[in-house]
Amino acid sequence: MSIGKGEFVCIIGPNGAGKTTLIKCLNRIWRGGSGGISIAGKPLNHYSQGELARLLAYVPQADGRTAPFTVYEFVMMGRYPYLDAFSSIRSEDDKVIRKAMETTGTSDFAERFFDTLSGGERQKVFLAAALAQQGSMLLLDEPTTFLDPRHQIEINRTLKRVNQEDGVTILSATHDINSGLGIAERIIALKAGKIIFDGPGDVLAGTNVLRDLYDHDFLITQHPKTGKPMILPEED
Amino acid sequence: MSRHRFWILTAIAMVSLAVVVIAPFIGIISTPPRVLWGDNGSELAADVFWRLRLPRVALGFLAGAALAAAGMAFQAMFRNALATPFTLGVSSGAALGATLCIHLGWSFSILGVSAVSLSAFFGALGSLMIVYGITLCRSGFSTTTMLLAGVAVSLFFSSLILFMQYMTDLTSSFRILRWLMGGMEVVGFRAVTSAFPFVVSGVAVVFYFARELNLFAVGDDFAVSRGVDATRTKTALFLATTLMVGGVVALCGPIGFIGMMAPHICRLMIGSEHRYLLPATVLFGGMFLVLCDLLARMLIAPAEIPVGVITALLGGPFFVWLLLRRSSSGAFLT
Repeated sequence: MSIGKGEFVCIIGPNGAGKTTLIKCLNRIWRGGSGGISIAGKPLNHYSQGELARLLAYVPQADGRTAPFTVYEFVMMGRYPYLDAFSSIRSEDDKVIRKAMETTGTSDFAERFFDTLSGGERQKVFLAAALAQQGSMLLLDEPTTFLDPRHQIEINRTLKRVNQEDGVTILSATHDINSGLGIAERIIALKAGKIIFDGPGDVLAGTNVLRDLYDHDFLITQHPKTGKPMILPEED
Repeated sequence: MSRHRFWILTAIAMVSLAVVVIAPFIGIISTPPRVLWGDNGSELAADVFWRLRLPRVALGFLAGAALAAAGMAFQAMFRNALATPFTLGVSSGAALGATLCIHLGWSFSILGVSAVSLSAFFGALGSLMIVYGITLCRSGFSTTTMLLAGVAVSLFFSSLILFMQYMTDLTSSFRILRWLMGGMEVVGFRAVTSAFPFVVSGVAVVFYFARELNLFAVGDDFAVSRGVDATRTKTALFLATTLMVGGVVALCGPIGFIGMMAPHICRLMIGSEHRYLLPATVLFGGMFLVLCDLLARMLIAPAEIPVGVITALLGGPFFVWLLLRRSSSGAFLT
C-alpha cells in the first residue's frame, strides 16, 4: 500500500485488524515485525527518531490519560523535535504553538491545567500538540471515539482544514465509518492485517466489503443533505 | 507563569540556603559564629562544627537532593506517583550488602569509606544489574517489567536480610537494624567527597533529560512520536539515578519518603515542567533532609533518633494532608 502526499486516508476494520499496529509501526512506537516501510523514498530505519518526528505527528487514542501540565505547556511539547536540551522556545516556536491552538480552538484554555478539561477538549489539545509538531503527515488513532457529536464534528472539520489548506497528509484509523466516508477521499479496509479494500468511499458503499469486514449486514442510505453514503448496521 | 515560577524558585533557594547555613550552628554544644575564628579558645566547639556538623549537613543536603531528584525522574518515567528509586530494589540491594558486611564482621576502609558503605554500594549496583538484566531478557524494554522485577528482587533481598539478621548475634543484629533506619553520623568530609561526584553527575543527567521527562510524563508513545529515543534515554536515566542513589544509600542507609514526597510537594508549588521542577526538587529535598536530621539530633538530645524515622513521621501525615487538600491541579501524575 502506498499513500501519496496530501491524501486524506481513513483506515477501517474490526477490532484487532491491525489499524493501531499500522500507525504505531509508522512512527516506530512499535519496532520489529517483518516487511518494510519507506517514507519519502527512504526506508524507515534510516531515519532517526527525531527526523521521523519532524515528518510524522501523532494523536494517540483518547484513552482518558491526563498530564500534569497546562495546555500551553502541553502543546509546547510538540516543538520537542526542533529544540535541543538547553534551548528554550523561540518566538517562531511560540507562533507555531499559538497557531496550532487557534486552529483547534483551544486558545481559550491555554493556561488551564490539562486534567481540568473534558474528554473532547483534551482530544483537541492532543491534536494541537500534533499540529505544533509541523509534520507533513498526521497519524490519528481513533481521533473521535468517545467524543460527543459536537466535538467529533469540530475535530473532523479541523482535520479537513489542515488537509486542504496546509496540504498535510492524514492517516486516520477509525471505527466511525460514516465520518470516514464523509471526510476521507480514500478508505482502506483492513481485516486480520490484510487490505481487503482500497478506494473511495462511494465505491466502498457499493460493495460487499463491509459485510466481509465486520461479518455483519449493513444498510446503505444517503445523507439527506450532502448526498454522501451513510452506513447503518442491520438489526437482526 | 514563568515569572511566578522564577520567584518560587528563588524563595526555595533562599530558604534552603538559610537552612544549610544555620543548621551547623545548632546542636547540644552551642556554637556561636565567633568560635569559627577561634578567638575565645573553644577549640572543642570549633572542632564539632568543622569535623562533625558541617560534613553532616553537607551530606544531608547531598543525600536529600539525590533521593528527591531520582524520585522525580522515576515518577515521570513510570507515570506513577508512588515510584521511587527504591522501587527498583536499590535500597534492598544496598541493605543486603550492608547486612552481609556486618554479619561477616568485615571492617576495613578504602579512601575513608567504610566496609559497610562499600558493600552497600556494590549491593545496590548488583540489584540494579539483576533488575536490568531481567528487564532486557524479556523482548523490548518495558518499564512495567522493570517495576515488577524491582519489586520481586526487593522482596527476595528483604527475606535474605531477615534471615541473616535472625542468624547473626545480638550486637550485629542491632547494627543491621540501625543501618536500615538510616542516618548521617559521619566524621570529616571523606564521605561527602565520595558521594559528591555521584550526586552531581546524576543530577546533571536528569537535568539534561528534563524535556524528555515532560514527554514521558504524558506517555511513552507520546514521547517516541515526538522524537525521543525512549530506550536510550531511559537507560541513561536509570543508570545515572541509580548510581546516584546507590552512592547516597551506601553512606546514609535507606532513608525513605524523601524520594517520593519532595517531588510532589514541589509539583504543587511550581508545576510539572521538569526544567523548573528539578532545581526546586533538588533544593527542597536537600533542605528537607537537613531539617529532619536537625530534628533527629535535637529532639531527644543527647541521644539521636534515626533520621529515617523522622522523615517518615513528618512525611506521612503531611503527604496525606496534601492528598486530601488538593483534588485536581495538574500536580499529580496519576
